[in-house]
Amino acid sequence: MNEFIQNLIPLVVAVVGSMAWLAVNALVLVYCERKFAGHIQRRPGPFEVGPHGVLQTLIDGLKLMGKQLLTPDNADRFLYWLAPILSMIPVLLLFMPIPYGPVLTGMEVDLGLLLILAFSSFNGLALILAGWGSNNKWGILGAARAVAQTVAYEIPLLLTVLAIAFMTGTLNLTEITAQQAGHIGNWFIWKQPLAFIIFIVAMFGETNRAPFDLAEAESELTAGFHTEYSSMGFGLFFMAEYGYMVVICSICSVLFLGGFHGPIPGIEGWWWMLIKTYALLFLMIWARWTFPRVRFDQLLNINWKWLLPLATFNLLATALIMKL
Amino acid sequence: MAAQDSVGHKEFLTAGGHHMDPPIVNVKLAQDILDVCRSMSLWPMTFGLACCAIEMMATGMARFDMARFGAEVFRPSPRQADVMIVAGTVTKKMAPAVVRLYEQMPGPKWVIAMGNCAISGGPFKIKDNYNVVEGVDTLIPVDVYVPGCPPRPEGLLEGFFQLQRQITGKRWWPVAAKVEG
Repeated sequence: MNEFIQNLIPLVVAVVGSMAWLAVNALVLVYCERKFAGHIQRRPGPFEVGPHGVLQTLIDGLKLMGKQLLTPDNADRFLYWLAPILSMIPVLLLFMPIPYGPVLTGMEVDLGLLLILAFSSFNGLALILAGWGSNNKWGILGAARAVAQTVAYEIPLLLTVLAIAFMTGTLNLTEITAQQAGHIGNWFIWKQPLAFIIFIVAMFGETNRAPFDLAEAESELTAGFHTEYSSMGFGLFFMAEYGYMVVICSICSVLFLGGFHGPIPGIEGWWWMLIKTYALLFLMIWARWTFPRVRFDQLLNINWKWLLPLATFNLLATALIMKL
Repeated sequence: MAAQDSVGHKEFLTAGGHHMDPPIVNVKLAQDILDVCRSMSLWPMTFGLACCAIEMMATGMARFDMARFGAEVFRPSPRQADVMIVAGTVTKKMAPAVVRLYEQMPGPKWVIAMGNCAISGGPFKIKDNYNVVEGVDTLIPVDVYVPGCPPRPEGLLEGFFQLQRQITGKRWWPVAAKVEG
């Protein structure tokens, strides 16, 4: 019993920490996104609400909470409200096995990578439930697109992750980080450059971010799967999207950019992880405001005709080199 | 011709279509804070009917930048929008769609009638008018009227400030100086 409590307390602390981290990230990232969008388009972005508009996302969040919650008449009430919750909850679990610092790991899991890949697939399920449950043709079209896209992009993502697992011989993220200790030359980006590029592209596809945000393409589908969601139903989808962005960028920096290890020996800590993750997040925001949205056939062609063969080739080459 | 008679509240606005229950817990301080939040993040709906919509787009662009006041989040779905900018001529054929979009918005919601056509029919308010709704306020309740043909982006921004004043009872931004001559 005593041991059980000893195991439980760090877990509870980690879950609460993840919740706080997720909420803070959503606030900061939405602000950064709008500010970046503004500056990329040569305008100031949110400016008047708080100094330089820093309170803007907080106020938007409060407003969303104060808005009327609607359930469409012919919606499947249970599935309709299950979807945003199902989209949001797994994100908290996904933060658990990621090593943010030498001691800042929620829960050291031997199969951490597998856990993350398994539970991040819940998002696809949540999106299809949202589209189906809201009984809206735009919703169901958006959900169909989202599923086709996430299922397709998961395969090259898995194959690149598998290449790293072949190299390191482990699925434990802490172990993978430890193998990249030392200087910048030990980072896996130099050993697996092709995998890194494929991962970056698949990352956009997995998180439904522009230029691959076909699932909520407002020019064609009104708002895609979340067309019928008002108030915090929409807010939860929004938070989950930013949560998945943070998770996948953290994984990218653990797998390829050395996690919490600095570029020179001796300086390691959570700040490196933070810098790398945020650099990748800014890359995602930058891409969103730079590239136009691709067409759906182009989106799937990129995946099936380029990313998948390249990822397979990369995996086979890695296996061959490891065997030799 | 009795053009106006055929289009009106009774025809399109469904009973209870824009009904809002009173708040369950009504604490004045909380309501005031929420009102300030609402007024500072007025998300408009991506919805333009005619040439005024071009000025509405200009208001969102670099020179005028509605984003400064947190109002640049044009939501494509009425479920997530707070304010409907009726930017342009409402024809009788369009009227049911306008009313339906208004009813689909969750409360609290506001309407800005932008431009003379939306206010009164503008240049179409003539004897032989057969197809234009003479004022969108015959269809849905309007909170702020922004006159002009079309109004300049500054005018629309001023309309937003006026709406913020209606919501919170306070003007938040300095008034532009009057230029003589």
